Amino acid sequence: MNKESSIQGVVLAHGAMAEGMVDAVARISGVGEEALRAVTNDGKSPEALHAEVTELLGRGPVIVFTDLPSGSCAVTAQICCREGTDAAVVFGVNLPILLDFVFHRDLPLEELVPRLMEKGKGSVQSVPDYSGKAF
Amino acid sequence: MPIVLNRVDERLIHGQVVVGWGSQLRPDRYLVVDSSLATSEWEQELYTLGVPERIGVEFVAPVPARSELPAWRESELRSVLLTRDLPTMLELASGGGLEREVLNLGGLHLRKGRVEVLPYLFLDESDRVILMELAKEGVEISAQDLPGSPKVTLEALLGRLD
Repeated sequence: MNKESSIQGVVLAHGAMAEGMVDAVARISGVGEEALRAVTNDGKSPEALHAEVTELLGRGPVIVFTDLPSGSCAVTAQICCREGTDAAVVFGVNLPILLDFVFHRDLPLEELVPRLMEKGKGSVQSVPDYSGKAF
Repeated sequence: MPIVLNRVDERLIHGQVVVGWGSQLRPDRYLVVDSSLATSEWEQELYTLGVPERIGVEFVAPVPARSELPAWRESELRSVLLTRDLPTMLELASGGGLEREVLNLGGLHLRKGRVEVLPYLFLDESDRVILMELAKEGVEISAQDLPGSPKVTLEALLGRLD
């Protein structure tokens, strides 16, 4: 996959979260808007949000990262990706997911998406290690 | 148990409704009145994804919804009734369908011709007309995006439109 067809990322989230995450990725990795764009749902109607995301999806293979698996961001992402090809939605985005994404954008979607999901889940840890404990 | 919240919100079931209002009102079900969603199974799935398992979701077209209103009110289930626009809510309210009920305006956003009256509420002249008609039907209208936010009366909203 060449540079032109590298997968683009869109972070679609509530409030200032998307902008903050994209900014954090740029500060850590040096990779900015050429790979990752931020979209907030703040103050936007479903139609306006749909139009904004659709415009970004038109650029080629895309992964839309949302904060929650439900709600206006998740619904918009799924509707937009349903209409287009070469698009996937990853819910529950965190910074480790985005950092891995910007350095592996040349992978095909079907390899990259499961990789990112594993990366995201694996990055949720605690000290002391409470994993496996009942709650 | 009465309908615990009647809300107009373009986003229908979303974070503010499920987390913000849901944690306070403890609804047993969401009643989404919408002619388009009532016939779209895949969109229904999208909107249902984030709803806790114990809470039911029904998607109903406006005409059958009008007939169901009395049964919804008399049900033991605590219901949150949602429409994405004012005309649909007026369809439910006309003829006294929502008389003495409280209507919450939770999210109508910017589009051509609308002006901002609150950060989450943009209205135009046609919205004003519908709000007045709803008031004539005996509906008590106010705007409030979240339970902890200030409640803004219809009178204050319309005053900001002038």
